[in-house]
Amino acid sequence: MGKKIMIVDPQKCTGCRNCELVCSVRHNGVSNPALARIHIVKWDNERFYMPMRCQHCKDAPCMIVCPKDAIYHDEEMDSVRINHDLCIGCKMCVSACPFGAMGWNPMRGRVFKCDLCHGDPQCVRFCDTKAVDYVETSRLCCDRMREVAENYAELTRRYPR
Amino acid sequence: MALNRKIAYIDLDAETVKLEPIPPQWRRKFIGGRGMDAYLLYTNTPRGCDPLGPDNALIISAGILGGTLASSASRTHIAAKSPLTNLFGSASMGGFFAPEMRWAGIDHFVIHGKANRPVYIYAHDGEVEIRDADNFWGAGVYDTQAIIRRELGDEETQILCIGQAGENLVRFAAVMTGRKDAGSRTGLGAVLGSKNLKAVACRGTMEIEISYPEKALEYNKEVIDQVISSKATQSMQRWGTNFMFGITNSTGLTRTRNFQYNQLPNSEDLEAENLDNYSIGMDACFGCQVHCRHRYVIKAGEYAGTYALGPDYTGQGAFGAEVGCRSMETVLVCNHLVNDYGIDTLEAGSMIAWAMELYEKEIITDKDTRGIKMDWGNDKAVIEMIKQIAFRKGFGDILADGPLPAARRLGADSVKYLMHIKGMSNLNTDERAAPALALSIAVSSRGSDHLRGMPVIDLYNLPMESLERIYRHPDGYGGPLTSNFSEYRGKPRMVVWQELCYMAVESLGVCKYHTVFLSPNHPAFTEFSKLIKLNTGMEFSEMDLWNCANRCYTIERLFNLREGMTRADDMLPDRYFDESTKLGLPVARGKCIDRDRFEAMLDEYYHLHEWDEAGIPTPELLARLDISDLWPPENN
Repeated sequence: MGKKIMIVDPQKCTGCRNCELVCSVRHNGVSNPALARIHIVKWDNERFYMPMRCQHCKDAPCMIVCPKDAIYHDEEMDSVRINHDLCIGCKMCVSACPFGAMGWNPMRGRVFKCDLCHGDPQCVRFCDTKAVDYVETSRLCCDRMREVAENYAELTRRYPR
Repeated sequence: MALNRKIAYIDLDAETVKLEPIPPQWRRKFIGGRGMDAYLLYTNTPRGCDPLGPDNALIISAGILGGTLASSASRTHIAAKSPLTNLFGSASMGGFFAPEMRWAGIDHFVIHGKANRPVYIYAHDGEVEIRDADNFWGAGVYDTQAIIRRELGDEETQILCIGQAGENLVRFAAVMTGRKDAGSRTGLGAVLGSKNLKAVACRGTMEIEISYPEKALEYNKEVIDQVISSKATQSMQRWGTNFMFGITNSTGLTRTRNFQYNQLPNSEDLEAENLDNYSIGMDACFGCQVHCRHRYVIKAGEYAGTYALGPDYTGQGAFGAEVGCRSMETVLVCNHLVNDYGIDTLEAGSMIAWAMELYEKEIITDKDTRGIKMDWGNDKAVIEMIKQIAFRKGFGDILADGPLPAARRLGADSVKYLMHIKGMSNLNTDERAAPALALSIAVSSRGSDHLRGMPVIDLYNLPMESLERIYRHPDGYGGPLTSNFSEYRGKPRMVVWQELCYMAVESLGVCKYHTVFLSPNHPAFTEFSKLIKLNTGMEFSEMDLWNCANRCYTIERLFNLREGMTRADDMLPDRYFDESTKLGLPVARGKCIDRDRFEAMLDEYYHLHEWDEAGIPTPELLARLDISDLWPPENN
């Protein structure tokens, strides 16, 4: 089995924000999108919704900027993880993240971001349209290619040679 | 926790805000949302007050499960005395406002008075302030929200507002959130307008504690799977509520040309499938996997390039079948206009259709309409009338008054063509073939409406086992039930059950598409009970919920009785009894409602509610529901 990555498809996103809700409950036991590790950025008047969360960068700025090596790359999950035992709460990673994906929880006094729910991301599980998805890298291109090729397939169904 | 949200009492005259906790015993008696609103409206609005005066209390609320793991716990409910019916005004809307209200710490706004200038209310993290709205009074719904977000510098702010129709006191003006979510029935947008209140904005980051987070998460998944596995949901996910139009129109259940026909032939352009040519994807309310509405862009004409949401089934009816128009483009334009101006889709379509029949019958002429040819299928006239209604210009000023006042201005001959109940126009369906549905709109506590107690699943001729499973629960009803939708027997029970089910779901703040409305297999009292327990920790048995819903529905009834409503108002327009349907399938053709059998249904309906023959709740019922202090009203 190949490694999995999170992908998003804004075209499939209905903007319901259920991902924010389940993420916040899963990680904090409360409903509060301010504590969710995923956020649907919306342009309500321009018909565009974009799910945003940690990209688990290969060369992660949060990891580089951390003075205590508290942020590390998890080989097995192919993800960026936080070791809260080493974290000093300096919030440099919050500033460094180019995607705004590192949050700060003032109540608990610690940073937070997507941890892929240890391999079973709840945002993906609850997203019916799979606007956020967690897929094996080996299948990634096939799925997207098939979706796009469907347009061409439909054309040939309609106008057979 | 989910139960520590506050009631914000706001006085716009004195510009004061008072935050008070919700007494625990109110939770037990009225749950929240629409149920609690019924109590708050009854106790905060004086008898006989002017709906557009400062004494009328405007109530905005989230349900007890708003923002929690209840699958589409998104609904905002608004209540006030209605400027359309002068009775209980109530409307529910989807979107994202209710959860944001709760994250801002508020469950109910109770707003009195009238501001001395245009204002809006801003609630954020437990604080509520009143701010100037001078610079965007006059703006439409879309712009108003964009301007407030820009002013507050926060794109995440959720806003409930009125458009120009509410400002101009159109008696069927809507309250809107987002681009489409409309609390539009009973004209409460005009109540905001009368208070100089342009909008309410919310933004919050206060957590709502979930009592059993892990179990609630798993149960949420179960409920979602239950809801999205039904055929009704799957059809809505693909085509929105529009999928129903093809079914009802081909059967002969669609109101056409005001009320002359029950089917619009050659209406292929209005079919849901045609929306594929305009849709750019589906859109959902908070936490909902049904995503029942389209995002679309108008392609041609004056509004080319405009982005809007919808239209629903009601739009196809209001701007299609009712007015005899056959163009999806027209439906899309009209839907956009009513959303931006903030007008009730159903009422607008009904008023225009009524005017068209008057024009056809020469009860009104070009002189009344100021030259607008109100001919059936005149798309341009429909679009023009929507604009005139919103700005109270020309003939639109008359229609903007709503059915009964407009009829008074147009003369006695016009009244018999009004399709209204309690002063609110009928929706876009024709119930003459379905007595249960006809009863439900006649007795609805907010006037003619399909969202109060309509047993839609009666149309499916379901197996008796399904009906027994649903309608005998939870109080062990032992009377008759029938499956055939042409029957009269057993139908009052279905209506009573649906009324209480919808009351319960709206007190939870959950969407009706997540209960027994369009599908017999969706959640009801059993699931509601578990959802409340897992999310809030409160124990409500199925019977507790049933009793709470009964209590709150009874209070809505008491409000109407206090305002002078009688049994005579629980009545269908005469045409339901006197004119048979002319088109449709054999099950729907040549049908009308039998007056005697309807009266018998009404008697049985009152009996099941434990109301007397005049429709007044019995003292025994009021005592059992522990609301004897509310009636008779002299005590208040």
